[in-house]
Amino acid sequence: MIKFNQVHKRYPGGYQALKDVSFNIAEGEMVFLTGHSGAGKSTLLKLIAAIERPNLGSVLVNNQNVGVLKERALPYLRRNLGIIFQDHKLLFDRSVFDNVMLPLQICGFDYRESHKRVRAALDKVGLLKREKSSPIALSGGEQQRLCIARAIVNRPAILLADEPTGNLDAEYAHEIMAIFKSFHQVGVTLLISTHDESVLQDTGVRVLNLRQGELQAASTGSGQA
Amino acid sequence: MRHALAQIYGVLRRMFESKLAGSINILVIGIALSLPAGMYVLLQNAQGLVAQISGTPQISLFLEMDAKTDDADNLGKQLALHPAIASVEFVARAQALEQLKQSTGLADVIGGLSRNPLPDAYIVHPRPGSAQLLDALRAELAKLPKIEHAQLDSAWAYKLETLLRFGHMLVLILAGLLSLALVAVTFNTIRLQILTQREEIEVAKLIGATNGFIRRPFLYFGALQGLLGGIAAWLIISLSLLLLNWQLDALSQLYGSQFTLHPLSPGDSLTLLLFSMYLGWLGAWLSVARHLSQIEPR
Repeated sequence: MIKFNQVHKRYPGGYQALKDVSFNIAEGEMVFLTGHSGAGKSTLLKLIAAIERPNLGSVLVNNQNVGVLKERALPYLRRNLGIIFQDHKLLFDRSVFDNVMLPLQICGFDYRESHKRVRAALDKVGLLKREKSSPIALSGGEQQRLCIARAIVNRPAILLADEPTGNLDAEYAHEIMAIFKSFHQVGVTLLISTHDESVLQDTGVRVLNLRQGELQAASTGSGQA
Repeated sequence: MRHALAQIYGVLRRMFESKLAGSINILVIGIALSLPAGMYVLLQNAQGLVAQISGTPQISLFLEMDAKTDDADNLGKQLALHPAIASVEFVARAQALEQLKQSTGLADVIGGLSRNPLPDAYIVHPRPGSAQLLDALRAELAKLPKIEHAQLDSAWAYKLETLLRFGHMLVLILAGLLSLALVAVTFNTIRLQILTQREEIEVAKLIGATNGFIRRPFLYFGALQGLLGGIAAWLIISLSLLLLNWQLDALSQLYGSQFTLHPLSPGDSLTLLLFSMYLGWLGAWLSVARHLSQIEPR
């Protein structure tokens, strides 16, 4: 589903974010991406969504080389991805409901059907009662869950999450991991980056560990997936 | 479709949020458009008036005082054969004097004259042609034997028409310049909007919005603002004409004539509105094309 082939990424200015990274994530797999901040986790996720392009090597998503994708084709790639951003990227000028509505609006999804979908997504993350609130009124954990609802509302096959539990206390982090696991159970491919290794303890999934832009030998939380 | 409506609704909401700035923009556009459009209306009125007054031009040929009836007859035949002349009318000197007596109320003065001071005359109706052609015809006829003087009537109407053409050109130039101003106003408004909505644009791009989707609300906004500006211009012109007609009424009563300025015709009104809408759209489009590509999510 996601395949990196000897990917190098150097930012303008000379900073080498990724060095010779190769891995393969199968369909329906749930994989954690760990490493200290600055290890290249965000860059790696951005390469998948073609927010950044590799300098060398290829990034395949669904057998499509996204590194060379034309500008015009990018929206259609991103519609198949659900992305949960580190900084949430919520829009504070509209309600919780409308934030989740945005991806469906963008796809031109049937209007009535999209209402049902938005409610289903909000229900999934436990925010149905807050649909009319402004995102600014939500707590950090709720904002994170709102971001998840927006990422899943058009039912993408791949979910990318950048530090989804970054600033949350353990209880919230646990809740969110539980949500991800439920997606994993219904066959969604997940790639979740985190610097917080504690959330891995009770999982049995594959871990990709980045150190200064290089992928370390594969490890797992408790055994190879 | 419903999503498009939702987008339009968002545009309207945004427009009403910025009441003051929005109305100032609309007013600026309205005033800018009302200048050329108002001048156009005045010109249209002047043109109607000229057409009404001048009718078809004619050339009066006054014969020399010593011309005999034979000379006049010969001339008449010659004129009738001329290719540029539609018809000819002979006015004998006695007949002309009679007309003068009746029409001007100078009967007493004329009665006191010892002899008829008026010459025989021909009134020539030329075939329609340009002012230059008519002038050439007049010069040609003036050279005919036994002609004392040839006068092109309604030459002034032609001069006025030329003046009106000059006015039309002025309107065109003004319209061109102020259209540019309108495009510039919209360009700038949209630029500011794009800057304030930078975040939203970034997020939309990140979750798979096409450039078309992002562009659309800005284009709607530009077109809507242009349309409202056009409506403002229309109102300014209509109101001005109302005031002018009010004054004109008093004036035309003094002259005992009926003259009112006609408002913009429905067709012209529609053209004005569509044109201003198009200009707004164009300004928005240029702005979006220029500024949207600069916003790339990172």
